[in-house]
Amino acid sequence: MRRLFSYVIVALLASVPLWLGDPYILNAFITTGIFTIAAMSLNLLLGYTGQLSLGHVAFFGIGAYVSALTSLGFDVELFEGFHVVHEPWPVVYGFLLAIVFAGLCGYLVGKLSFRVRGAYFVIVTISFAEVVRLVALNWVELTQGPLALTSIPPFTLGLPGLGYVNLYGKAGNYYLVLGVGLVAYIVIKHLVQSRIGRAMIALKENESLAVSIGINVTAYLMLAAVVSAAIAGAAGSIYAHYLRIIDPDIFLFLYTVTMVIMVITGGKGTLAGPVVGGAIFGAIPVIVRSFAAPEVQWILYGAFMIAIIFVLPQGIVPAIERWFPRGPIKQPRVASQSAASVE
Amino acid sequence: MAEFLQHIANTLILGGTYALLGIGLTLIFGIMRVVNFTHGELYTFGAYFVFLVISVLGLNFLLALPVAIIAGLLLGALIELLLLRPMRDADIDTTMLVMIGAMIVMQNSEQLVWGGVAKSVSTPFPETPLVMGPVSVSYLRAFVLLMALLLIVATYILINRTKLGKAMRATFQDRDTASLMGVNVRAIYTATFAIGSSLAAAAGALLGPAYVISPHMGDIASLKAFAIVILGGLGNVTGATIGGFILALAEELGAGYVSSGYRDAMGFLIIIAVLLIKPTGLFARAERIG
Repeated sequence: MRRLFSYVIVALLASVPLWLGDPYILNAFITTGIFTIAAMSLNLLLGYTGQLSLGHVAFFGIGAYVSALTSLGFDVELFEGFHVVHEPWPVVYGFLLAIVFAGLCGYLVGKLSFRVRGAYFVIVTISFAEVVRLVALNWVELTQGPLALTSIPPFTLGLPGLGYVNLYGKAGNYYLVLGVGLVAYIVIKHLVQSRIGRAMIALKENESLAVSIGINVTAYLMLAAVVSAAIAGAAGSIYAHYLRIIDPDIFLFLYTVTMVIMVITGGKGTLAGPVVGGAIFGAIPVIVRSFAAPEVQWILYGAFMIAIIFVLPQGIVPAIERWFPRGPIKQPRVASQSAASVE
Repeated sequence: MAEFLQHIANTLILGGTYALLGIGLTLIFGIMRVVNFTHGELYTFGAYFVFLVISVLGLNFLLALPVAIIAGLLLGALIELLLLRPMRDADIDTTMLVMIGAMIVMQNSEQLVWGGVAKSVSTPFPETPLVMGPVSVSYLRAFVLLMALLLIVATYILINRTKLGKAMRATFQDRDTASLMGVNVRAIYTATFAIGSSLAAAAGALLGPAYVISPHMGDIASLKAFAIVILGGLGNVTGATIGGFILALAEELGAGYVSSGYRDAMGFLIIIAVLLIKPTGLFARAERIG
């Protein structure tokens, strides 16, 4: 039943460009999709391992910059007379490098920041994102600084039998986002429903207990950090090639907050949560735009976040699941009912 | 050498207000275990309130300053009563998310009300700077340092010499025992948040006129305040005072001798370095949390 429901949702999403005429709404679908992918990756850390990483936008932005620079090429003088010159490569390599590079950064940041927990972890992750933003702003030779990287080539796909296809149009990008989103969803689903996922949930519920029964906490945290950062990097890469211009504002804390709001509202630690949250917060700007200033959108985001935490601390998806309990339980249920309210 | 002395003078002026920011946050973080993301917005609020009082009500800067501090006190108490009191038993991550929501609301309200254009405030101080050998300091900035030092001393007296301060220190050490000894912990929380917020507003009210006032001035002020708190150790007022001056020195020297673009990066590098080398802070007294 649930599986059928998922297929219907995917089929509905796949049909969107066929009947939707308004390019602005399709654009909203694409950017929302990209941020939903990023939110799904954040959920792996925030929802399953319980680590509130507020520097997640760094991996998204790093993915965007790596991918854009790979496909644009650059010429940077590191020392006197020592140039690093890179010729433009096809976009697909940029996409793959973005994933690898973001994952690598996830590893390094995890290595540093998992030494502390709680509030300190949060502050280290935010600091990392801010440092990366300042580097993007000030290393003008590489990133053009505030002038932004422009004319980023659109995504190119090598399809069997069709040769190379440029994804200039919105519909092409839409299917790219949908495809990458599905892959990311499936990867995360398999990860969290495996032994690894249960270990992550165990360490979220009670870290000392998890350690005492022999779960290698650091290894699982690192795995979550790397996979999460890599997926965020993929989302960032798509974003760069879709917008075709990126500037250091991509690293703004507000974008991390957007991802966090999506996860919290939908339900952290549930697979569907970030998707539901993404849909809601993708719709708000579209609705608000018609009658109010952009600030109003953000004020609503903030107010919504506070309201959700007060009213539905577990998010929307767990609340719905409580009303419609699923049939015979196959996997052990994520017991997170008590996590936020008690402790 | 002359340049260096000028950097030191700038450090003192910046450091005084950073210390105010840091003390406010270390009280809130230490006593309430709340990661207060609205701290930077109260800083912005203080600056705009001074602007409002001077330009709309036509009052003098010297009068506007205490008005802004009291407004910060009231706004802080309001935030505590509305958002934090119902959340008192929630875990630290949950309250953190509430405070992020509040930060987003406050930041964008400021932008909506005041617009994106930076404002400047006129003060009764002469334009010509005070020149002492190779160092020149405007009278306004000297006044800023003096007021910051006065407020720091006042906070010390409040915490170490008054009954309220004693109750705050007791709550910091052990909330439950303090409660058993008859300390009204709920009231202490409200008072702590209000006092911390008023110090942030004071920092904004002092620094705003010395530079310019913009809706985004508070964006990284919260994080700078965290850098100071981490540097000084949780709940340690002396540590926060010294930490404020250290951060100001790092920023001044970084901007002066490395690159002005990386001025704001200093705080973050300090955070990362301190947490990795000595996570309890340089002047640690208390156990770290989390």
